[in-house]
Amino acid sequence: MCFFGGFAAEKNTPLFFLRPPEAASKRTSYFEHVPNSNKMKKELKYIGKAARKLDGKERVTGQAVYGHDIELPGMLHATILRTKYPCAEILSIDTSKAMALEGVECIITANDIDVNNISYKRDHPILKKGTVNCERDEIAAVAARTKEIADKAVQLIEVKYKVKQGIFDPFEALLESAPRINEFGKGQEQFGNKNIAEAFHYEHGDLETEKAKSKVIIKRRYTLPRVTHTCMATSNITAEYSNLNGRLTLWSSTQVPFLYQRDVAHALKMDPSKIRIIQPVIGGGFGSKLDMLPFEPICALLAMKSGKPVQLLYSREEEFIASPTRQAMVIDLTTGASENGKFTFREVDIITDNGAYTSWGATTPFVMMQTFSSLYQIPACKFVSRAVYTNNPFAGSFRGYGNPQATFSLERNIDVMAEELGMDKAEIRLLNANYKGEVTGQGLHYKSCGAAPALETVIEKSQYHKKARAPKKGRYRRGIGLASMLHVGGGAKIYRSDGCGTTLKLDDYGYLTIITGSNEIGQGSETVLAMIAMEELGIERDKIKVINSDTDVKPWDVGVHASRTSFVAGNSMLGAIKLLKEKLTKKASELLDVAACDFVYENGMMRFNEKEIKIDKVVREMHFTPPHELCEVNYFYEPPSQFQDKQFKGDVSASYAFASQAIEVEVDTATGVVHVLDAYVSQDVGRVLNPIGLQGQIEGGLATGIGYALTEEMIYEQGYLKNPNFHGYKLLTTTDMPGVHFYPIESGDEEGPYGAKGASEAPLIPTAAAIANAVANAIGVQFFSLPVTAEKVLLALKEKQKTILVH
Amino acid sequence: MNNLIEIKFRLNGKETKVKVKPALLLIDMLRDELKLKGTKPGCLEGECGACTVIIDGDAINSCMYLAINADGKEVTTIEGLGSQDNPLELVQEKMLEHGAVQCGFCSSGVIMTIKAFSDKMKASGKTPTREELKKSLEGNLCRCTGYVKIIDAAEAVYDDQPS
Repeated sequence: MCFFGGFAAEKNTPLFFLRPPEAASKRTSYFEHVPNSNKMKKELKYIGKAARKLDGKERVTGQAVYGHDIELPGMLHATILRTKYPCAEILSIDTSKAMALEGVECIITANDIDVNNISYKRDHPILKKGTVNCERDEIAAVAARTKEIADKAVQLIEVKYKVKQGIFDPFEALLESAPRINEFGKGQEQFGNKNIAEAFHYEHGDLETEKAKSKVIIKRRYTLPRVTHTCMATSNITAEYSNLNGRLTLWSSTQVPFLYQRDVAHALKMDPSKIRIIQPVIGGGFGSKLDMLPFEPICALLAMKSGKPVQLLYSREEEFIASPTRQAMVIDLTTGASENGKFTFREVDIITDNGAYTSWGATTPFVMMQTFSSLYQIPACKFVSRAVYTNNPFAGSFRGYGNPQATFSLERNIDVMAEELGMDKAEIRLLNANYKGEVTGQGLHYKSCGAAPALETVIEKSQYHKKARAPKKGRYRRGIGLASMLHVGGGAKIYRSDGCGTTLKLDDYGYLTIITGSNEIGQGSETVLAMIAMEELGIERDKIKVINSDTDVKPWDVGVHASRTSFVAGNSMLGAIKLLKEKLTKKASELLDVAACDFVYENGMMRFNEKEIKIDKVVREMHFTPPHELCEVNYFYEPPSQFQDKQFKGDVSASYAFASQAIEVEVDTATGVVHVLDAYVSQDVGRVLNPIGLQGQIEGGLATGIGYALTEEMIYEQGYLKNPNFHGYKLLTTTDMPGVHFYPIESGDEEGPYGAKGASEAPLIPTAAAIANAVANAIGVQFFSLPVTAEKVLLALKEKQKTILVH
Repeated sequence: MNNLIEIKFRLNGKETKVKVKPALLLIDMLRDELKLKGTKPGCLEGECGACTVIIDGDAINSCMYLAINADGKEVTTIEGLGSQDNPLELVQEKMLEHGAVQCGFCSSGVIMTIKAFSDKMKASGKTPTREELKKSLEGNLCRCTGYVKIIDAAEAVYDDQPS
């Protein structure tokens, strides 16, 4: 019985609206629902049951080797000299004193290297000459026998600057009078303004007609801060070059090794296949390792020039100053709704602070426009965004990829809209919720959709209505807020291929080696792949090895991003297993003298009725008897998604993820501190593969979302970061975490492995909106910017008090 | 280079002698001189707790501690937990069982903090509340897990403790 089928049939009937909200749902657990995919009919032994992390023991014993732990014979240590001023001309660079320091082996500046600009806009020189454009700009790099010597040497490099006034506000940069910030930018030719780095324009529906239908139109400006990943391991790379064969080996914590290989090759004017990328254990990614950054080719160049291996490790301060950030942006959002609360249109104008150079982060509007065009049913949408060069550090990609910003503005606007209409905030969301079978204005096709069930679940489980309506008085005031989100859940067809390759080797002893294109950055992909092998082949966990860290060995994959790994690598794994089973079936049928049939794979055996044979015996027979074959297969899975057309329309992901959160906060009106009490999270994950891994993604994402909402902000003054440390940049700690109540929705995606869809970015996307909505519920103050710090809350409460006194 | 000072201490149960510069930090001695890479450099400014080791029963940030101060003391690093026959101690088992490890860069420090606290609690026959456990782990930053599973693991260390 399909739980969602009925909902799809009733797509135009606002059932939820008519029903008293408290009675919306009496279900206790979505785990109880039978998923609707054919793939899930059989009884599963491992999928859906908690599995320990396959690569966990190394990580709890200190034996895992991270980039910081690599030591190669004769290895040098590198330090980068960065600019003293965020905007200046470089008049001269003198490295002679640094070179004279004992222990210094190699120094490079822009004048010593023959390289291409990097970034997808090719607007970023690896080492700068002529001008510097932001605080993190690299001017020179030193390789020395020790890190201390390298650090000392960069202090001895003499750079003469002519300081210029920088531009740190994107609106100022857009003025005709502003100087051109990036000399390689093509804004004038492409977008009619020299300081526009990237722009997007999207439309669907008849905006004017929908405006005319609207009873209420809400227009607000949202201001989103710059925040950063703060991976617990700082950025790192180790490079080794052989002049015998011209091959370069990079031990890199990139999330996208094959794109990275290509980027490094372009930067260094090399053949990509001469570059081998080895990923050591990676100490956190979260999107920060999607772009190749200057320090990486710099380290390679030092190795190539010195003839010795070179390692470059960022200090924590350097990590804050010179690693990627989430985009700071200003979103002007106008939305409409009809008298009965149906959404009519959205009009969005976004200015993103691109910083001095362009990273993949400038393409976050791809994701943001999906939220505006397709989260809830929306007849008309116009989306315009411009990423504007400034002398601030350039932004990168960060878990959620623009979606936390977009969702914050949208979900805040919905609350304001509901108040204007005099509607219930839960009802208005349910009335407009997406449904199974919907094809949105942008062309996203929701073949499975847990949007309304996720909303209903958090409304019920959190006792939303009771808490929202509770009286708000006294020093400590509680409030509750809702927010939902939409994100890609089946990869995203952005690059020419969104696929993943898998090679399986079943050896003579019954051990399985999974060689996967996908990457492990801590999220648990190795574990999920092993679970699939255990499920399908009946091989015990201790006999499974995963190889996933070497581009010379592993098949191609686009990388770990867009919450795609379980979906794409999982399907690739299932495809490879199918081929492996064909081989095994053929041989086992011969050996057992049965017609080729569906064997049952269990406990290292293949079984058909009463006949059975050990799987390793089948492999040996395959290997040692004519026609002599190995039990190895290759499979490449390309998701059945579409490229978007020039108007950005198309079904870009094979599946879509939906989630809702209801978050309860307590505001201390004396101090302004917002304390998050409980978070109710419901998410359409398609199918739970590893509950403990999934829950970890939910809790971790939520923590990042709460930080975004309340505490995290990179504070810049005139282009300089003022809080480049954990003392000034506040991450949550153990005592800040709320109670987390997670309710997965198993919508059973037809394309997903066992019905699963991408899950890992979603939990942080609606969090800030839900918290700001909860704060508004608690104290009646509307915040349209983040973070909602204690200081801002106190000021707002004072303002409110004044207003009350005046009236 | 001439003013090296010899220090003697017990490291992971073994008498150890090292000659160190007076300004050498404990984390650098462990990682660079003694090649014990399990202690992680997360910030080197005493904020993140990734480099936590145990000295005479107390969890300390090894990036904030001079190596010479370890003289005469008992130092335990992540490599000192478990044994050849039983490579995982209870804390490590609980971390895995409860899914408290994702990227793992903070895990060594987290484990040493839980270990030091639970050893003290058990020695005094106490079982801490969940709030006390949270407080004990406040100095260990983690960007992956959202802490919930770490706290679960810390709590589970007392499962067999009579209450």
